[in-house]
Amino acid sequence: MDPDLALLLNGIVSGLLLGGLYAAAAAGLSVSFGMLDIVNIAHPAFMVLGALVVALLWAATGLDPLLLSILLAPAFWAAGAGLYVVYHHFFERRGDEAIQGLAFFFGVMFIIEVGLVLAVGPEQHFADAAYASTTWRLGEIDLPLRMLVPAAVALAAIGGLALFLRRTFTGRAIAAVAQDREALRLLAIDPVRIKRLAFGISIAFAGLAGGALVVVQPVDAWSGHVFIGRVFAIVIMGGLSSLGGCVLAALAFGVLENVTASFFGPSWSPAVAFGCLLLVLAVRPQGLFGRVA
Amino acid sequence: MEGLSRRELGRAALAATAALTVPATARAQTAPSGPPIRIGYSMSLSGGLAGNGRPALLAHRIWAEDVNAKGGLLGRPVQLVHYDDQSSGAQVPGIYTKLIDVDKVDLVVSGYATAIIAPAMPVVMQRNMAFVSLFGTGVNADFKYDRYFSINPAGSQVKETFAKGFFDIAMAMDPKPRTVAIVNLDSDFHQRTAESARFLAQQNKLRVVYDRAYPPSTVDFGPIIRSVQAARPDIVYVGSYPPDTAGLLRAASELRANFAMFGGPMIGPHITAQKLQLGPILNNLVVWDVYAPEPTLQFPGTQALIERYQPLAAKENTDALGFYVPPLAYAQMQVLEQSVARVGRIDQAALAADMHANAFDTVIGPLRFDALGEWAEERNIYTQYQGVQGNGIEQFRKPGTQVILYPPRYKSGELRKPYTAGA
Repeated sequence: MDPDLALLLNGIVSGLLLGGLYAAAAAGLSVSFGMLDIVNIAHPAFMVLGALVVALLWAATGLDPLLLSILLAPAFWAAGAGLYVVYHHFFERRGDEAIQGLAFFFGVMFIIEVGLVLAVGPEQHFADAAYASTTWRLGEIDLPLRMLVPAAVALAAIGGLALFLRRTFTGRAIAAVAQDREALRLLAIDPVRIKRLAFGISIAFAGLAGGALVVVQPVDAWSGHVFIGRVFAIVIMGGLSSLGGCVLAALAFGVLENVTASFFGPSWSPAVAFGCLLLVLAVRPQGLFGRVA
Repeated sequence: MEGLSRRELGRAALAATAALTVPATARAQTAPSGPPIRIGYSMSLSGGLAGNGRPALLAHRIWAEDVNAKGGLLGRPVQLVHYDDQSSGAQVPGIYTKLIDVDKVDLVVSGYATAIIAPAMPVVMQRNMAFVSLFGTGVNADFKYDRYFSINPAGSQVKETFAKGFFDIAMAMDPKPRTVAIVNLDSDFHQRTAESARFLAQQNKLRVVYDRAYPPSTVDFGPIIRSVQAARPDIVYVGSYPPDTAGLLRAASELRANFAMFGGPMIGPHITAQKLQLGPILNNLVVWDVYAPEPTLQFPGTQALIERYQPLAAKENTDALGFYVPPLAYAQMQVLEQSVARVGRIDQAALAADMHANAFDTVIGPLRFDALGEWAEERNIYTQYQGVQGNGIEQFRKPGTQVILYPPRYKSGELRKPYTAGA
């Protein structure tokens, strides 16, 4: 195969795998930011919390990191639901959520980061999955399982969430609360309860993304900073409340970054990816799959 | 003296006589007295640099205990006054202003790394304080402050000397390499080291077939390694920090990298946790370092310091082996200690003059400063991991696991090639 073609194909495939990780990181935010209108800037910090808890449990039990992150999902859901209760009581209920809510989540982010340093130290932590050093090869195409398995698990979980949102009454209520919470009351549905449930789901997804992250790379308390800009950009590019759009935007981000890195150098990757975001917003201000308000 | 018996009076007289007959230096060793000599600095105890900031602070505390146990400095106890800069250079000027103007510290030293040292310089220079820094590279090249002294083996001729060890080792291979790839993180330190690599590649008539920097936000390093492979270099020079080092080496392993020589200032395996994580992937990696537990690189006090550090590090949940930062952090304080002892008073101008004029005996060996305050004789060490099996810690404590290839005076092993990322 022509070396440039092999480089291009590998760039696309590795970009799709990287996009799977980005999708895992952004899916939860798509629920909280896109559907609930809660600017949870601490979302990547929750992801890192999940990653470090998984790393510690992996060191203690030797269980697969992704399995551990799935087992931890209920705990993260409960933490998210609890956090929403606080947020609703002190900010949303009073209509102060715009700026003060943002400050609240900034505070939560710093508390998580400092708490993690105090609890587990500033060093990097890792979890070595049994498959992490295996690479499948399809001709000239490399498929490292370190990237493939987290991406596959993340996309399967997002698929499950999409089904839940589309096929169940509660799922539809979550989608509806994003559009008109008062209309929800007319159906005898408590929008606060629905938002609490949905915010819990978003944090559970952050925990799951943490499991994927710690398989891909070692993690310290501040690893989330790298993802803040990316996950918000992906959610906006995808069209805020569109889970499918979020996944496609994440995959596009991954492919753009890796193909750019392969041919023009990694320094250009963020510029090209965020440049494409601006281009999309110029043409479709509502994002790729967003609806016009 | 009421109620004192004759026997007790006799004992007291004996004690007083003994105290008078003991030499003054010995008395001082038992009881430092008077107001403490306060040494102020910022240190990264949280944030991205904390992984090295916390071991540095632990080494400083060990030094303070040692000095106070020996009777203090000028007979006075030493006291460390430090604040967490959160690994943010923006915090640093405020911290040093407070240390000097409010806390009224007697002496200042730096926290860890160039990004923290440089923001302190204007404040320290304004107050004319002598300033001993830790792991700063080329900080004083622009300031040219005559009271700055650097504890970093890189020396002042970074471009000419930093990567010299790497290229000297490479050019001694048979067959000689003809091409080189240069990959570096887009950071101040790694820009300087990459510049050194470019300069020395040209000196050695090597063709640079790949030369690109990557941003700190890079997550997937596969495309970088793949592009390097496509360029087919004989040797690969990489400058990276811990998260990237792990990513690059993992990607090299997944993509079956095979280069005659691979490495450079890849900061990462210096930290114990990463040594354990990477295990056999480290085999045959050539890494810039400042210390390795090899018999050829032992100085008085090095091993004793590490033996005291390791149990404390285990308690405080910080870097377990302490080979990288602690010896240099301890030496940073030794320079200050020896200078103050020689000068005999806290006089910033006299301390700076003393540091320029004299050599220092430290746990990292003898050192002397040049006009810019850098080491007069650089001591960039290039090591190679060999025979790493599994992920156990004990193998890294023993000689032979991280052999020294350069400089020749500390050499403890021969280069093994190629680098195959654990395959």
